[in-house]
Amino acid sequence: MSLFNFHKNTFKHGVHPPEHKSETNSLPIRQFPFAPVIILPMVQHIGAPAEIIVREGQEVVRGQLLAKAGGFVSVPVHAPVTGTIRKITNVPSISGKMVPGIYLETAPFSNQEVHGNKPVDVETATPEEILQGIQDAGIVGLGGAAFPTHVKLKVPAGKTCEVLLINGIECEPYLTTDHRVMLEQAEDIFLGIRYLLKVTGAKRAVIGIEANKQDAADHLTQHIPADIPVTVQVVPVKYPQGSEKMLITSILGVEVPSGGLPIDVNALVVNVATAAEMGRLLPHGRGILERVITITGPAVKKKGNYLIPIGTPLRYVLEQVGVDEQLSEVYLGGPMMGVAVSNLDISIVKGASGIVAFTEKEVSRPTEILPCIKCGACVEACPISLNPSKLGILAKFEAYERMADEFHLMDCFECGSCAYVCPSHIPLVQYFRLSKSVVRKRSAAKKSAEHAK
Amino acid sequence: MLNKTLHISTSPHIVRGVSTTDIMRNVVWALLPVAAYAVYAFGLNALLVLVTAVAACVLTEHYLCRISKKKTTIGDWSAVITGLLLGLSLPPHFPLWMTFAGGVLAIALGKFIFGGLGYNVFNPALVGRAVLQAAFPVAITTWYPAFSADRFGVVDGSILTFPFLEPTYDAVSGATPLAAFKFDGAITETYDLAMGLVGGSTGETCAVLIILGGVYLAVRKMMNWRIPLAVLGTVYVLTALLHWMDSQSYPEPGFMLFSGGLMLGAVFMATDMVASPITPLGVVIYGAIIGLVVVVIRLWGGLPEGVMYAILLANAIGPHIDKWIQPTVYGTTKTSRGA
Repeated sequence: MSLFNFHKNTFKHGVHPPEHKSETNSLPIRQFPFAPVIILPMVQHIGAPAEIIVREGQEVVRGQLLAKAGGFVSVPVHAPVTGTIRKITNVPSISGKMVPGIYLETAPFSNQEVHGNKPVDVETATPEEILQGIQDAGIVGLGGAAFPTHVKLKVPAGKTCEVLLINGIECEPYLTTDHRVMLEQAEDIFLGIRYLLKVTGAKRAVIGIEANKQDAADHLTQHIPADIPVTVQVVPVKYPQGSEKMLITSILGVEVPSGGLPIDVNALVVNVATAAEMGRLLPHGRGILERVITITGPAVKKKGNYLIPIGTPLRYVLEQVGVDEQLSEVYLGGPMMGVAVSNLDISIVKGASGIVAFTEKEVSRPTEILPCIKCGACVEACPISLNPSKLGILAKFEAYERMADEFHLMDCFECGSCAYVCPSHIPLVQYFRLSKSVVRKRSAAKKSAEHAK
Repeated sequence: MLNKTLHISTSPHIVRGVSTTDIMRNVVWALLPVAAYAVYAFGLNALLVLVTAVAACVLTEHYLCRISKKKTTIGDWSAVITGLLLGLSLPPHFPLWMTFAGGVLAIALGKFIFGGLGYNVFNPALVGRAVLQAAFPVAITTWYPAFSADRFGVVDGSILTFPFLEPTYDAVSGATPLAAFKFDGAITETYDLAMGLVGGSTGETCAVLIILGGVYLAVRKMMNWRIPLAVLGTVYVLTALLHWMDSQSYPEPGFMLFSGGLMLGAVFMATDMVASPITPLGVVIYGAIIGLVVVVIRLWGGLPEGVMYAILLANAIGPHIDKWIQPTVYGTTKTSRGA
């Protein structure tokens, strides 16, 4: 590995889908109106659901705590608007499952002033206090993964964090939220980085930005405070560079070991919007109430970057921006890794970085799957150098164990580059998702069987 | 109120849009100049051979699909490629009934019995040609000089031989540069070879057009450029070494590169995606094997030409190369890599 480590400023392989960022990247962030009813699922993050501490009929203020964290790997939920708790029941979620949640009716004519809690001062707070503050603010990874940030930032005993990487890559086509955040919220970002440096003990921070956002890179470079060790590094445009492992390879030139975490190479990666959110919330002890979302795609009339209260129903969002008659598919996230929405009654959650709407025309994709011609396009696209062609053939034969044991199936992080390039339109990443879940189930069953012995 | 039934699908929601059919069609485009030059050089006879070969392949593919109650697959253009390559690899005056039989066998034995497109172990066109070579050794080594004066006026009698009959040849009308070298020690000028001013198989004459077609496909990422480079590089290096040691017995590398079917084979036949390995290192090994076998057969074997056997042999080794050589997965070292 280190033998071939002549640093190329980017990772190996990857793809170049059309960017479609110019539609929204020059549009400043605008405040979105408050919906009459806010729907708040208690599972907006990876981990245990938040525990509701309010009752039906109760009046709440914007920023008030509605649900506390349900454990260490969990975050609380705050009221995004001032209003009345209408109902505590199960609410629809993106996965199609119903999850515990709250219907909150927005109070009309309220000034929507924000209620804060215990401020966390960057100068005086200890790392533990900052971690607690991050959890109390309900912060999760805003890049899409929605993993509780305080869990990620807790450096395990025996490991050290040398470098903090701030992820401003935003490699998904269409999305421009991080781009706008970097252009408009530089101060918040650098304050967030101060907290992050203190929490992780990192010696320096690098903000990674793709070359299609040179203006953001220049803007941040100009505003770096003199007293913190931060640099901005511009890397070539390539999908999926925003993935943690790819970003680490692009910036630091090292590979995260298979099955390992960034901390195994003494690095931590935090999304740039997450850093900005920390810089904005922690000094006031506030919780996360809203987030920047790019609403775009050929089916959207008023495209833009909007600051939308968490819990705003998707139906309300689309009604406000207006959609084409021919609306066919709506994705939460970008077109490469985003999830297709089946039900417009779900709401905006913390991890939603974009809403992309396609008409019939964009989704009319070929239905016929031709045989694999071993052209090798997938092999040259896979950012972790798997052999998707071979894996696809094995998946057809349901040889899941071989896929995992001999061909590193479990290293696949489902970026979709293989399926994107496949000329025979074989749904490779879709096969791998299914195969991975089968392997996980089987190995879990095996483990429990061993326990029973 | 927004009321709309949404479609759902799993990511990625966009595709690059280059289809397998696009790739096949572009290979045909890249081959057309080569075929056109062949017709220009050898006249009507070559045209008839090419048309017959393509027709045989397409019809065979179509009717085999019909017989096995599948949707016809001639729309993917791959049968056209097989037909063109077969026709280009035959002598320009090859009897048409033999050409037709070769096309049928190429598709049936080379492709269909393995399961059709994507499953063939060998390049189908070369399977067809190998059968023809075994069955009709005289006809397939009877050459005619290029640019004969009456090439657009007269259809050669031998080409219209009745099925199941062998044509009778008055005399061998022209030796290929490779045969001239092998049996008489004569060397043809490299320039003449590259520009296609010599005798030979229908499509193995104009190296420049073949290279242009290859560059076109490589630029459009529809061909693995590493394969022709590995094949030609190996031939060049080995021949240069031998020529340096003994320039009396061994030809110059330029002659080796531009003579016979090497260029056509390296650019258009060895690069059959299905029949070649999939990893970058794998295809380099595969190409080097082809180059090595070509040099061995040409310089020490009994035959003047060995490209066909070299590629077929490498096709057979290809799956094993894929078994030995897999990409090194991100975050793994060579020692921890799976079998």
